[in-house]
Amino acid sequence: MSTTRDWTEPGQVGHGPAETGGEGQRRVPAGRNPRHFGIDPGEPWPDDVPVDQDDGHWRYQDDPKGARRAERKIGACFILTLLASMGLAAVYVDGANTQLAGVCWGLAFLGLGVGFILWARDLMPGHQVTASRGHHSVSPEEERVAVAESLSRGTDAMARRPFILKTLGAVGGVFGIATLFPLASLGPRPKDNLAYTSWRKGIRAVTLDGEPVRPDDMPPNSIITVLPEGHMDDALAPTLLINVGSAPFRVVPANQGWNIPMDGGGGIVAFSKICTHAGCPAGLYNQQTFQLMCPCHESTFDILLDAKPVFGPAPRSLPQLPITVDGDGYIVAQSDYQQPVGPGYWARG
Amino acid sequence: MSTTAERAAAQRRFTLGKKALDEVDDRFGSSKWLVSVLDKIFPDHWSFMVGEIAMDSLIILIFTGIYLALFYVPSQKDVVYAGAPGHVYAPLVGQHVSEAYASVLNITFNVKFGLIMRQAHHWAALIFLAAIFFHMGRIFFTGAFRKPREINWIIGLLLWQIASLEGFTGYSLPDDLLSGTGLRVIYSIIESIPFNIGTWLAYLLWGGRYPGTVFFERMFVIHEFIFPLLIVGLLTAHLMILWRQKHTDFPGPDKTETNIKGTRFFPTFVLKSGGLMMLVGAVTFFLGGFVQINPIWLYGPYTPYTVSAGAQPDWYLAWLDGDLRLFPHWEFRSFGVEIPNPFFPGLLIPAIIFAIMFAWPAIDRRIYKDYGSHNLLDRPRDKPFRTALGVAAIVFFSDLTLGTGADIIANDTHIPWERLVEILQIGLIVGPVVGFAIAYRACKSLQRTDAHPIQRPLGGIIYRTADGAYHTLGEDHGDGHAGAVEHAGGNGHGDHPRASEDARRTEGTVPAKPQD
Repeated sequence: MSTTRDWTEPGQVGHGPAETGGEGQRRVPAGRNPRHFGIDPGEPWPDDVPVDQDDGHWRYQDDPKGARRAERKIGACFILTLLASMGLAAVYVDGANTQLAGVCWGLAFLGLGVGFILWARDLMPGHQVTASRGHHSVSPEEERVAVAESLSRGTDAMARRPFILKTLGAVGGVFGIATLFPLASLGPRPKDNLAYTSWRKGIRAVTLDGEPVRPDDMPPNSIITVLPEGHMDDALAPTLLINVGSAPFRVVPANQGWNIPMDGGGGIVAFSKICTHAGCPAGLYNQQTFQLMCPCHESTFDILLDAKPVFGPAPRSLPQLPITVDGDGYIVAQSDYQQPVGPGYWARG
Repeated sequence: MSTTAERAAAQRRFTLGKKALDEVDDRFGSSKWLVSVLDKIFPDHWSFMVGEIAMDSLIILIFTGIYLALFYVPSQKDVVYAGAPGHVYAPLVGQHVSEAYASVLNITFNVKFGLIMRQAHHWAALIFLAAIFFHMGRIFFTGAFRKPREINWIIGLLLWQIASLEGFTGYSLPDDLLSGTGLRVIYSIIESIPFNIGTWLAYLLWGGRYPGTVFFERMFVIHEFIFPLLIVGLLTAHLMILWRQKHTDFPGPDKTETNIKGTRFFPTFVLKSGGLMMLVGAVTFFLGGFVQINPIWLYGPYTPYTVSAGAQPDWYLAWLDGDLRLFPHWEFRSFGVEIPNPFFPGLLIPAIIFAIMFAWPAIDRRIYKDYGSHNLLDRPRDKPFRTALGVAAIVFFSDLTLGTGADIIANDTHIPWERLVEILQIGLIVGPVVGFAIAYRACKSLQRTDAHPIQRPLGGIIYRTADGAYHTLGEDHGDGHAGAVEHAGGNGHGDHPRASEDARRTEGTVPAKPQD
């Protein structure tokens, strides 16, 4: 079993010749199988793998009392797991309380975990063994040549027929695209329907409970979320009715007559609730400053300035919905939004 | 020590085990391989456990996830919550909710042990991602991504990214108000991809305009089939490559590029590693039992027109959400087309960051002109530029993460949130530069003193010898190990003599291994 080696080249591995003792030979103890140190039998024993390691040593090897103590500790850990597992069963039967389940489950894992680790630390051999990393990292040159030969046997044959390769390339492209077609069944073509909501001329604004709204229902400084009657599930349609009361509301020339003036001020105005940044509902309204904030990314819109963004990442004003009062005194839309609501997209322009 | 009886019993066990192994070898010829498996050595360092913690939490995720999948209903169908006999969550009774939301309420309130499974699953996901981040930092700062381990760095990055998306789809499945706003944001980010790709993609994924009617069925397939398949597949490759290449180790006495020092796989490492797995389980289930997470019954069901204040993603995606918050209100509108604002912080900036991270082994190679293979790790201080860059990246990500919490921090500190956002915007530029400078100086100082970063103060320690000479501690102990100073011109292999010798060897001036 013993292997001797002749090792004279200096500086080959970490230790250098000094530690090989100058005689250039290292004696491997009898009965030592080099395989257990990552060394093939017959191969020279490397300088950076000590030959005299006690790789069977464990912590309490020479301390029978300590070993017995460790054994008892580890056993106690496993008994803890045993008890906790029975506890878990009992908890399940009796009401399945979440906290008690957490205690039992946690303790069961804890007992096993601590037990395993103590067992490994105190009673198991093989700490701090030094072995060779072996020859696995790279292959010898002749094997590299061999694999290149194997590869070229096929690739040479293929390269001789460029026409076949070209057709195959074309097939790969076209067939690849063809196999993607089933994916088109996943959804409809976008077309331009991101640009429209369900609001139309004369459609009543209703609350989340489906109740139509009269201007009198909205005291100054109030705000409510409304949806187009009959289209409650249109996720782009949520609209905020805000009564700014007598506060001066800047009416953009193109938006003349889109609000319901009151008390000499802007009165009731309607803006899309869908943030122009990333589409969250802009739902936090500051009644003192007439500012609307989206809690997702802190975009802030000044309602009195036609819902212009005054802070945060939103790049555009919230679109305004033209509203008026119908013959029965309820708030209705004059038309759909005049521009796409919500976040941007390529074709929005 | 052993008695005759013990020796005889050991002999019997050996014979019995050998007989069984002979049967195996008759069929597979596997003995040589099995020896290398059982004898395999894993170096010991506490930081090497973190990757194991990621793997352990993944195992917990798989088991708790299978359990939850048996009860979850991926449907956006509108139902009225009534609860089941016995356990009813009164505030929601009579409310319109989706079937998905109702099924998660059922798991929470009616399935015995359902809540602890849900909470353990969610906590395990947070631990999984935390371990991945930490593991990634360890690999980066110690140069473990260098040749021959570049592929595993890339696989690891993919695992991080898929795990993040897996986490996102997971916490979106309950269809509660909080996660619903997150889905809306993701739709908007996808929609923002130029050349109409975004609109097409969003329409294909959601089957039309947000929120559609089919998305939860698809998200369920993604969350419980496609992503787990990718994660398990990539992790298998990750571990097989690790196994093949063997673990890296820190430099130390008697450690070389060609040897490996540590604990044998069987029995000691198996028990230690299994024990760690059990401890991860213990922590996860204690948390799952005691610490409430994602109480969707308090958030309420999702509607497109409702939102709660303080809406935030789970922590591992916070940097992305912070990016959306801190990016200025720019967007590109011209020629009748538009590149919307979310595209830049939501896709372009992450894409640039990811590109740099994927290319990092190649970049690092060029910076340090170090093309050799390495099994011994760098001490972070010995590569000040890389370490400082890593610190700058951590500051950058932390600033973005704080950005996500800007509204909550503002609420707690009474700093106006506008000011806080502006501070974080400035911090995003200035912070990494400052972090880089401090880390670079710290590395240089640590190199001079060779001190442990948290055990000794920075700066030189001077001592006087018996014959009156003065020396700076750590400058030269004559063992060629201390006093690592980066060579002029940053040639990088040479931080201490042995390392440069190793580098020469791998480059071929010195034979890489014994030539028989």
